[in-house]
Amino acid sequence: MSTTTLDHGLDVPERRLHWALADGWTVARRTLTHLVRQPANIAWQLGFPIVSVLLFGYVFGSAMSVPGGGDYREYLMPGMFGMTMAMGFMNTAYAVVLDTTKGVTDRFRSMPMAPSAPVTGRGLADIVSAGLDLLVLAATALVIGWRSDGGFWATLAAFGLLLWLRFALIWIGIWIGLMTPNEEAAGNLFAVAFPFAMISSVFVAPSQMPDWLGAVAAWNPVSSTVTAARELFGNPAALGDSWIEQHAMLGAIVWPLVITLVFVPLAVRRFQRLSR
Amino acid sequence: MSTSSDAIIAEGLQKRYGEKRALDGFDLAVPQGMVYGLLGPNGAGKTTAVRILATLVRLDGGRAEVAGFDVAREPRRVRRHIGFTGQFTAVDEILTGRQNLRMFGRLFHLGPARAAVRADELLEQFDLTEAADKGTKEYSGGMRRRLDLAASMILAPKVLFLDEPTTGLDPRGRNEVWTAVRSLVSGGTTVLLTTQYLDEADQLAGRVAVIDHGRVIADDTPAALKRRVGGDQLEVVLEEAVDLPVAVQTVARVAAGEPEVDEEHRRVTAAVEQRVTALTDVARRLQDEGIGVEDIGLRRPTLDEVFLRLTGHKAEPDTARDEAGTEQRTEVPA
Repeated sequence: MSTTTLDHGLDVPERRLHWALADGWTVARRTLTHLVRQPANIAWQLGFPIVSVLLFGYVFGSAMSVPGGGDYREYLMPGMFGMTMAMGFMNTAYAVVLDTTKGVTDRFRSMPMAPSAPVTGRGLADIVSAGLDLLVLAATALVIGWRSDGGFWATLAAFGLLLWLRFALIWIGIWIGLMTPNEEAAGNLFAVAFPFAMISSVFVAPSQMPDWLGAVAAWNPVSSTVTAARELFGNPAALGDSWIEQHAMLGAIVWPLVITLVFVPLAVRRFQRLSR
Repeated sequence: MSTSSDAIIAEGLQKRYGEKRALDGFDLAVPQGMVYGLLGPNGAGKTTAVRILATLVRLDGGRAEVAGFDVAREPRRVRRHIGFTGQFTAVDEILTGRQNLRMFGRLFHLGPARAAVRADELLEQFDLTEAADKGTKEYSGGMRRRLDLAASMILAPKVLFLDEPTTGLDPRGRNEVWTAVRSLVSGGTTVLLTTQYLDEADQLAGRVAVIDHGRVIADDTPAALKRRVGGDQLEVVLEEAVDLPVAVQTVARVAAGEPEVDEEHRRVTAAVEQRVTALTDVARRLQDEGIGVEDIGLRRPTLDEVFLRLTGHKAEPDTARDEAGTEQRTEVPA
């Protein structure tokens, strides 16, 4: 059977990479178009960290002290950045649940597009929107007087580490999204996201918590990223004595790597189970 | 049985989910250019069959070819020649209709310019031009389904799979979708559609396969199938139960088969061939006899009745829904 007219080069190896990238970009553009068509969604998504900034920075913050000294709001802002990244996995999971339950994933799978595109597109879009989140949050932070004293490259590196954490969480998001049966269940993810984001050094130094909780908080990947960002920004970091707190930079690089290595295969396996 | 001109060939398909056999020796041969209906209740295996043929689910046994390519060995080639519309309308709800079709066009590798042109063509063809730049959230169920169909038609596929295309639509939306499907068929597309409604199969399909427990139990034209299950039904509901014997006799004169009596609801039902003649004849005779008639009318056999007649058992997995509408029917002894 002749396939000349409809042969889009999918079976030619060198064209496969081309289409993998092109299709991934098309899928990513879809999500980015959502942001343009639904600016209110960004507002809601950012509303939570911004309200938290005001709540923790001013309402509770007046009574907060940073161990080792320093301004609490200076301490808080990198935490808010980290929390936004940490909770971002819910956006990924929610988008995956919607696509899977509404049949969009099946439609993609029935099409002659690159099979990797739904995932790479999702990931790219999530990183871009996480970057936008950070931009808006940083602007808010500047307004309330937060500054990075770390210089241009250190500041950039800090934001890079934050996005690196968000990248790793894409895979957890996809994995959870593929396991979640419906939209309603996806709403319950808050129950996981809250402790994951908050039992960390985001708001309070682990050294100020009860010992066992402090240990959990210190070893939370979010803490490593947030503490590393604080160091790079030159903000008060309130370092405790534990090994992981002393090696926050290493943790901020290795934790997301470990998460990625564990959850990529899990997510891929879940995806393949759709064919069962 | 299958020939090289068949657009879809399935031979002895097997699919197990744990203990349950979703498909158990499923055979099908769909000639090119035909609309073929898969009729059956929830859980009969319709959806599994369609998902296997559309390369979404791996088969455990048997062999299937779509548009000349083996679904297990050459899924990518199959995907180039099929359109798939699943049970849910798989369009992006935030994007506009036009944006949806352009995105799918690009994913079919038309390139941006051709994708844009094709999107406009399809919007026109499916009567969505006016709503093209509205978010699909604002669309009616029928419009969304039409957009969904348009998205499966981007490459003008040889074979189109429609899994319960009108489930959940109001009568108007259903008509809209039927019209759209008919126009596709006139363009030469082979369509395999699953449905729970005999009516829908009757409207669209040239041939119907009835599925039960993962295999085809009957395979015929809708007209022949209806004849086999007794065709249209004449239904009479009386005011007084005492009149039942006379009414049964009256109905029996025009009926194609044995009338059924439901004493509790004072109802007599029978298959009829000359629909209108039978209706007027029975109505007049009952009036002449002075029998009070609460209701009289014609109706199509339901899927439940098709099943009952073809399989001797009710459509099982739907029991929860069935129970509400199930009435005890007593066969009148001959």
